[in-house]
Amino acid sequence: MDIFGIPTQALFGQLLIGLINGSFYALLSLGLAVIFGLLNIINFTHGAQYMLGAFVAYLLLNKLGIGYWWSLLLAPIIVGATGVVIERLMLSKLYKLDHLYGLLLTFGLALIIQGVFRNEYGSAGQPYAMPEQLSGGRNLGFMFLPNYRAWVIVASLVVCLGTWYVIEKTKLGSYLRAATENPQLVQAFGINVPRMITLTYGFGVGLAGLAGVMAAPIYQVSPQMGADLIIVVFAVVVIGGMGSIMGAIITGFGLGIIEGLTKVFYPEASNTVIFIIMAIVLLIRPAGLFGTQK
Amino acid sequence: MKRKLISTLVGAALAVGVGAANAQISDGVIKIGVMSDMSSLYADIGGPGSTLAAKMAVEDFGAAKKGMKVEVVSADHQNKADVGSSVARQWYDVDKVDAIFDVPNSAVALAINQLTREKGKAFIDSGAASSDLTGKACSPNTVHWTYDTWMLANGTGTAIVKTGGDSWFFLTSDYAFGHALERDTEAAVLKNGGKVLGKVRHPLNTQDFSSFLLQAQSSKAKVIGLANAGGDTINSVKQAAEFGIVKGGQSLAGMLVFLSDVHGLGLDKAQGLVFTETFYWDLNDQTRAFAKRFAAGNNGKYPTMVHAGVYAGVLHYLKAIEAIKTDDGTKVIEQMKKTPTDDPLFGKGTIRADGRKIHPAYLVEVKKPSESKGPYDYYKIRATIPADQAFRPLAEGGCSLVK
Repeated sequence: MDIFGIPTQALFGQLLIGLINGSFYALLSLGLAVIFGLLNIINFTHGAQYMLGAFVAYLLLNKLGIGYWWSLLLAPIIVGATGVVIERLMLSKLYKLDHLYGLLLTFGLALIIQGVFRNEYGSAGQPYAMPEQLSGGRNLGFMFLPNYRAWVIVASLVVCLGTWYVIEKTKLGSYLRAATENPQLVQAFGINVPRMITLTYGFGVGLAGLAGVMAAPIYQVSPQMGADLIIVVFAVVVIGGMGSIMGAIITGFGLGIIEGLTKVFYPEASNTVIFIIMAIVLLIRPAGLFGTQK
Repeated sequence: MKRKLISTLVGAALAVGVGAANAQISDGVIKIGVMSDMSSLYADIGGPGSTLAAKMAVEDFGAAKKGMKVEVVSADHQNKADVGSSVARQWYDVDKVDAIFDVPNSAVALAINQLTREKGKAFIDSGAASSDLTGKACSPNTVHWTYDTWMLANGTGTAIVKTGGDSWFFLTSDYAFGHALERDTEAAVLKNGGKVLGKVRHPLNTQDFSSFLLQAQSSKAKVIGLANAGGDTINSVKQAAEFGIVKGGQSLAGMLVFLSDVHGLGLDKAQGLVFTETFYWDLNDQTRAFAKRFAAGNNGKYPTMVHAGVYAGVLHYLKAIEAIKTDDGTKVIEQMKKTPTDDPLFGKGTIRADGRKIHPAYLVEVKKPSESKGPYDYYKIRATIPADQAFRPLAEGGCSLVK
């Protein structure tokens, strides 16, 4: 059976692959959405922080002999900690100013971090071995699914939904949301708002680091890996609606699938399709699919 | 008083003498511009290493001792033809650059090729692959030094078809270089009795190849030809392993693989890949000595054939200027073509009328991890393709300079 001249089996394979790439988009745009939604900072360092996550995993393995599973826990904490430092020392001075200043600062930081790593490690990137438990794969009949990719989908879904639950459904989340609406009032209730904001930024950055660790065995651990991805991820966030957590998750997975299908029907456009969608969405719904006009 | 007069006279004579020797060197300085991808997927292939190679060549040539003032500048073309062109314009028109070297990325190289011809300067390309540079786009101001798509296709394509890989599927980088490489490889495959089952074109600098690899897998072709380079090749090879493509009985043919790519992949993933190069650091004592010096200045990274090409090209360029005492681009290139080349990295060779530099090529196979003695001990030389067979015959390129 064929659909538009493509065998159905091949199409299933491509849908699944789209879902895998979507996992990365979702995980990264989730961090961005959290940071923007709660701090009002457009975090352009996100790509560099994703790259940092991968490099921390690489260095842990090669310098200290710490493997993938521990990296999955340690790298986000380490990268998150660098985020906390950046927030305390620099970003916290900019909250009163226009968005543009935060954007410029984080963009500049990203260029510096990437430049330093490129100088040290070159552009070809470093290999990172796949954890043994997840190497190999299984034949699903319509495609060969590497075990590691299956793991990426599951892990990403769990992290995304967990984050959404914490922010939208728990008391901690309600403090956070309240703090962005009216920091003075929340502070008056005895909650340390600046510290909460710092930790939130650290958490968002940690998510980027986590995505970096998960990407390391699939792609090269290279200084450029985040720069290539961040533009797409920003488009995902804009389409989903700036600051909307669920929007970022759903759009991340959805656009992964659309991009995957483009690679079958018209591969030349696979780099641009997301931006075409972004342009259309902005024309029809300027606040994004899941955003609310303020 | 007398002594002062004499010294003044001597000084004046010296000044005149030096002036005379440099009469034809524009503004007294030979300015070499190294333009490369300094920050993206090809930066390890050329990049800052190319600038280093050019500086080493200037030093080894002994320019200072010979009284020639040579300056090396560099720039990043960001893999964009428009960025490359505007840098080149600035260099030629304002900064008085006399020759541009390296320029990986065929799209940028073709633009510089055209511009250099208009300005009457010199362009010695090492990093770009498109055989069109010495074919239909050939120019009296361009030399194409290191390798080209025809040579890769002829070396690798022919070898693979002859060992039984007779049905192909192409994974092609979607711009001038990929198209040229695909075209030349397809021709080599068909000529040797193979067939092409399909092709898919991916955007430059793609992260995820799984979708394209799946298409290649379902084509059931015996060989998946990777008509891409740098980071794109690394990611395709890595992900092909993940999707069990090689285990499933298909084999990968990296049409353009560099030493830095093998290093980035690790021998575990790269072992068994067969491809063609024109330089390997471990060929003889001279190449080994060069590689050691180069690595010392390049963060321990060994030279690729592109770096070697920049070095050898600069050396030959300076020799030509020394011989004819002018840095006029058209005349220097003419002189470069007239004189046989001789350098420690490529040995003796020639430059043809169409601008093609001629030297032997090597069909190499990547070692197994167990066979390698350490970092950068990566290749086994399977065959040497003699200089007169390695490149496209002069008459077949369609170059207008060939009568």
